[in-house]
Amino acid sequence: MQQSYLFEYLPILVFLGIALGLAVAILLASWLIAPQHPEREKLSAYECGFEPFDDARGRFDVRFYLVAILFIIFDLEVAFLFPWAVALGDIGVFGFWSMMLFLAVLTVGFAYEWKKGALEWE
Amino acid sequence: MTIALFVFYVFALVTTASAVMVIAARNPVHSVLFLILAFVSSAGLFVLLGAEFLAMVLVVVYVGAVAVLFLFVVMMLDIDFVQLREGFLQYLPVGALVGLVLLVELALVFGTQAVETAAVDMPPTAPPGVTNTEALGSLLYTRYFYLFQTAGAILLVAIVGAITLTLRHRPDAKRQDISRQVHRRPSDTLEVRKVRPRSGI
Amino acid sequence: MSELFVGTIWPLFELVLLTLLIVVPLLLAVAYLTYAERKIIAAMQLRQGPMFVGPYGLLQPLADGLKLLFKETVIPTRANKGVFVAAPIVTFVLALVGWAVIPFGPGLVLADINVGVLYLFAVSSLGVYGIVMAGWASNSRYAFLGALRSSAQMVSYEIAIGLVIISVLISAGSLNLSEIVEAQARHGWYVLWHFPMFMIFLVSILAETNRHPFDLPEDEASLVTGYNVEYSSMAFALFFLGEYANMILMSAICSILFLGGWLPPLDIAPFTWIPGPVWFALKISAILFVYIWARATLPRYRYDQLMRLGWKVFLPAALLWIVVTSGAMVALDLLPK
Repeated sequence: MQQSYLFEYLPILVFLGIALGLAVAILLASWLIAPQHPEREKLSAYECGFEPFDDARGRFDVRFYLVAILFIIFDLEVAFLFPWAVALGDIGVFGFWSMMLFLAVLTVGFAYEWKKGALEWE
Repeated sequence: MTIALFVFYVFALVTTASAVMVIAARNPVHSVLFLILAFVSSAGLFVLLGAEFLAMVLVVVYVGAVAVLFLFVVMMLDIDFVQLREGFLQYLPVGALVGLVLLVELALVFGTQAVETAAVDMPPTAPPGVTNTEALGSLLYTRYFYLFQTAGAILLVAIVGAITLTLRHRPDAKRQDISRQVHRRPSDTLEVRKVRPRSGI
Repeated sequence: MSELFVGTIWPLFELVLLTLLIVVPLLLAVAYLTYAERKIIAAMQLRQGPMFVGPYGLLQPLADGLKLLFKETVIPTRANKGVFVAAPIVTFVLALVGWAVIPFGPGLVLADINVGVLYLFAVSSLGVYGIVMAGWASNSRYAFLGALRSSAQMVSYEIAIGLVIISVLISAGSLNLSEIVEAQARHGWYVLWHFPMFMIFLVSILAETNRHPFDLPEDEASLVTGYNVEYSSMAFALFFLGEYANMILMSAICSILFLGGWLPPLDIAPFTWIPGPVWFALKISAILFVYIWARATLPRYRYDQLMRLGWKVFLPAALLWIVVTSGAMVALDLLPK
């Protein structure tokens, strides 16, 4: 049983290897075939006719962090839903209400988020 | 099974090597990228152990969500990392102490296990025909009801915490209010007047 | 020695061949998807589209590929070289590996794993990395901003996609893709039962693949194509191939979850003559047509509208749908098993 289970995963590994090899081969091929004439202006960052003022990786709106944090929370919620959806037939009514309670608690959080305006992008 | 063994060693090697690189890399962004590699290859180890659901959830939650946040933080915060690293060596004794305690604890755990090896023989496996995910689902929501609800409560606290910490309202920003837009009528804003020639309003 | 060959090396070799049997047609399909896109949009705008290279312009994708191959690989001086080169590779590889678990017909699947749906969900959640890495490594304002927008957008729609998948799983009772398709042979296609979820999924995959009308990360007017401005030659081509391979993958997932995968529309004579993989390909093409149609028809969303649609419309709607359908199924005792 263990053996056959692992054999289902082997193709994914082979697939990964081939995709990786292909990507590297494509990059290398072009790098070898095409003429390379590096030049200072060509290698500078894209900008409309002036030198970039400073490093491009500056600070940015804190809102992006908020989206990332909220995403983690809801992603976890989805992760909890996966086994539940599959096993719902076995765990019956109690399992159903168990998840409903969980979702209700998170919906309170979601409502709070909505009311506070965390979902609004400015 | 030779392939499985070979794959195990590859994944184990990649996991350990990238874990070392997480703390050894000079650039913090590289550290996070190595952390992601470590996560992904430990997901491979999970698959080898037969825990396929956990493997996928590890990738979805840790790599797909948590590491994105890490990456955001280190990429986009304007921290002078060279300066941060200057006092690096002075933490060495503390780090070494923590490492030593961990090592002793691990030794204790494995030491007792070697004695009572029969007690922890193998993790109980699901009966054949029941997949990993179903086995998990049939326990998590009923038998571990309270723990499951606690997890929900923790997530709620996390939502509230994240919002109170990061949400700042900018009064100057313009927002769109759909219902106001939809309920706006021409009569509210427009007035039709007859204008006679050469007289103006 | 011969046992080693028969037992280990030959099966591996066979696997490599099978993998190539998927990858090569896939790349060809990607090439001709770009052609189809140009032709269809041209037809919608009363133009001709590519028409000079080969008959009806059929060799245009090849010409484009060759042209990119002979271009110089530019790596900006201020870029972070390792990450800069790794980013397109990551995008390309992730767009391909999802295909390992896709069932093309009954039993026609390379890796028939138990958690196929989760695997695809995991692979699509990694898609952010290629873009973020590219944006950061380029060290260019436009690339950086494009990557930032893109990651927040993909992450937001990921949740909607996850919840939609859950509602299908409740009906199917399995995470295995083949079993989900077979469940639809018994229940009828899920597009009938979960039509609102199908619509949400269709819109979300547009956002997830950064396609029109949600192509803000590439918004050429304000970001000069966003995260991939600094890329040239084959590095750019890898992003491009990755994006289109992802479109096809998402369409395949959509047709497996909602349109019955390889199943014919009706299980009667004229339909059953056509083999399963052909039906599957037809369904994928239909969804791809919607992708292109949307590009030709719809204006671009504004960023705040995009975020609102994901968080304030799709998320609550999908959650409500899960509660209602699962409640009804528990009450009526309709659950699988």
